[in-house]
Formats: sequence, structure tokens, C-alpha cells
Amino acid sequence: MTGPRDGGREAVGEQSASRRGRFGRWRDQAIALGWLALVWNLLWGQISWANLASGLLVGSAVLVFFPLPAVTFGGRLRPWALLVFASRFAAELVSASLHVARIAVQPGCRPRGAIIGVELRVRTDLNMALTAEAVTLVPGTLVLEMDRESATLYLHVLDTHGPAELVAARERTLALERRIVRAVGSAAELRRIDNPPVEKGTSP
Amino acid sequence: MIATVADWLGAACLVAGAMLGLAAAIGVLRFPDSLSRMHAATKPQVLGVLLLLLGIALRLRSMADLGMIVLVAVFQLATAPVAAQMIGRAAYRSGRLDRDLLDADELADRGSGGGSAGSG
Amino acid sequence: MITVLAVVLTALLSVTALLALARLYRGPSLLDRVIAADMLLATMIAGVGAEAAVNRHATTLPVLVVLSLLGFVGSVSLARFAVREPA
Repeated sequence: MTGPRDGGREAVGEQSASRRGRFGRWRDQAIALGWLALVWNLLWGQISWANLASGLLVGSAVLVFFPLPAVTFGGRLRPWALLVFASRFAAELVSASLHVARIAVQPGCRPRGAIIGVELRVRTDLNMALTAEAVTLVPGTLVLEMDRESATLYLHVLDTHGPAELVAARERTLALERRIVRAVGSAAELRRIDNPPVEKGTSP
Repeated sequence: MIATVADWLGAACLVAGAMLGLAAAIGVLRFPDSLSRMHAATKPQVLGVLLLLLGIALRLRSMADLGMIVLVAVFQLATAPVAAQMIGRAAYRSGRLDRDLLDADELADRGSGGGSAGSG
Repeated sequence: MITVLAVVLTALLSVTALLALARLYRGPSLLDRVIAADMLLATMIAGVGAEAAVNRHATTLPVLVVLSLLGFVGSVSLARFAVREPA
């Protein structure tokens, strides 16, 4: 009894997904156009109607002549979580910078490093890109490679003193991902983050 | 009063930014291999430039210039990790890293990639 | 105060640029030189910006925008070149 109903719901969902896909694509383009127009206004140093019009013109020319693969933004912005992410990001940026600066000026210190792989839990391109950017900017880590299939980031960690710090770096990266998903992720991604499926042993 | 405070804060930001840049340069000069140098070149330097921009904003104090300063800061934050990742990947793939300084290498354990390139 | 600030900033940035130049000269590989050149460009951004802040004018701010994008384009294209170049 549940079978057909589920199937029907799935078909309906698929249909609405495709309609939302077209609408979403249109919406993505509009958002990109808005950002480009804003950048144009900032470049001119003042926001005026003439700048807005020329910005929209230039922005649409850029979007038409340099089409990029669409990055669908499936989630929604949560201002409070975004604020939490931004403040933690700033704090980690400062502490990581001071740490690296201290290593740099400390005499006779030859920092050791390590390369670790961290598997992200949310596999969208947007999440991978955002996490990789943030990870490269913050604590003592630098993204070397990304595996898009398994959503794994390979990081170079600076100044390690043993396996415990590698575990700590991995956890820091996952915590960063959680904050990013809380800030911009969709509800399904948020569920994935908050109660991760226990599949370490079963999944290949 | 507020103007004086903002001036002094701006001056402090400028000096702090310049000092972070100096520390980054020392790191770039002293660190033993390319990957460690990347660390010095991305982190303290980005924060240094951001502090400097904050100092400029605090001393100029006009909305029109603030827009352009924010734009430079956003460009820095968005482009520095991308450039760092590309240089880091190039350094790893061409095997230009000191394996004696690595505690672990899970990328080489993965099998593919330039795992054997480092021994040459 | 302005004079002291200008002198301190000039000294710090000059030393930074010299260190970056030293790495640019010594760098064993192309990538090290790319890193050093990036560093040098960031120092230039700092220098232009510091001058604008000390003298309180905004005429050179567009230069900052151009420099910050130039560094990115330069490093990315050189990194791609370095991957193709053997050893």
C-alpha cells in the first residue's frame, strides 16, 4: 500500500524538482547579475542609477559571453549561524596567522608537516568549495588536492608533533564544515551534519 | 575625539599589518620546503593585507572609498586560497617536497597521483 | 606622529620586500619564485595602501584593486605552467 503512494509522491517530486530546476537556474543567474552589478558600483566608488544601469548591462554581457557551470544554491541563509561562522572564522584567522608568524620568527625551528585526507559529509560542489577556501585560510592547513567523487580534501598541516594533532586537525576541519553548513546549507544537509549516518564499517 | 581614536587605531592596524607581512616574509625565506612556504605566504600575509585595509578605512573614513576597500578585501579572501591551492597542488605533483619533514601522507597512500615522484 | 608612522611603515615594508626578493633570487624551483613574487606583490599592495592611508587620499585605491587581481592571475597561470614543466 505504501509502495504506489511513495512512487506517486516521488513522481510528483521529480516533476516539481525539474520545474524548480529551471526556475532555480533563472534565479541563480539573477543573483549572479545582482552581485556583478554591485561589484561594478563599488568599483566606480558610488552607487547611482547610471552605475546601476551600466552595471546590469556589463553584468549580463559577462553572463552571456562567459557562461560558467551553474552552482545551485540549495540551502538558505541563516543570519545567526552566518554570524557565528564569520566570527569563529575571524578568530581562527587571527590565531592561525599569529601561530605561523611565531613559527617563522622562532629561531632554530624546523616545522614538520603532514598530509591528511578529510572526507566531508556534505558532497555538494558549493560546500566543498566553501570548506576548501575556509580551510586554506584558517588554522595551519592548506588544501592540496580535492577528490570530487568521494568529497575528500587532502590537507597539508603545518607544525605537527604527532598523531594526536592530526586527529585534532581533522576534527577542526569537520567542525568548520559543520559551521558552514549551518550557515548556508539546506535542511537535508543540516540533518546529515547533525546526526551523521553510522556507516563507517558498512560502507565501502 | 572619535577622529583621534580612529586615527590611532588606524595607525596601529597599519603597523600590525606591516609586521605580519614581515613575519610572513621571514617565513617564506626560512621555511625548508615549498609547502611550508605556502603556509607563510597565505596566512599571515592575507591577515596583514586585511589589517592594512582596515587601517586605510579607519584613516580615510568616507563611504565611497569604503566600498572599494571592501572590494579589495573580498578579492583577497576569495583569491588567496585558490592561488595557494593551485601552487600547493603543483608543488605536490612535481614532487617538490621534503618527505623527511612529513609525518604522514595519506594522499600518496591513496595510490594514484605523484606518490613515486618524491624519491628522485 | 605622521612622520614616525611613515618611517616605521617604510622600514617594515622595505625589509619585507628585501626578504621576498632574496627568496625570489634563491628559490630553488619556479614555484618558490611564484610564492616570492606573490609576496612581493602583496608588499606592493601594502606600500601603496599605506601611502594612501598616511597621506589621507584615495586616488590610488583603484591601483589596489588592480594589484590584488593581478597577483591572483599571475600565480594561477604560473602554477599551471609549472605543472606542465617537467621537474
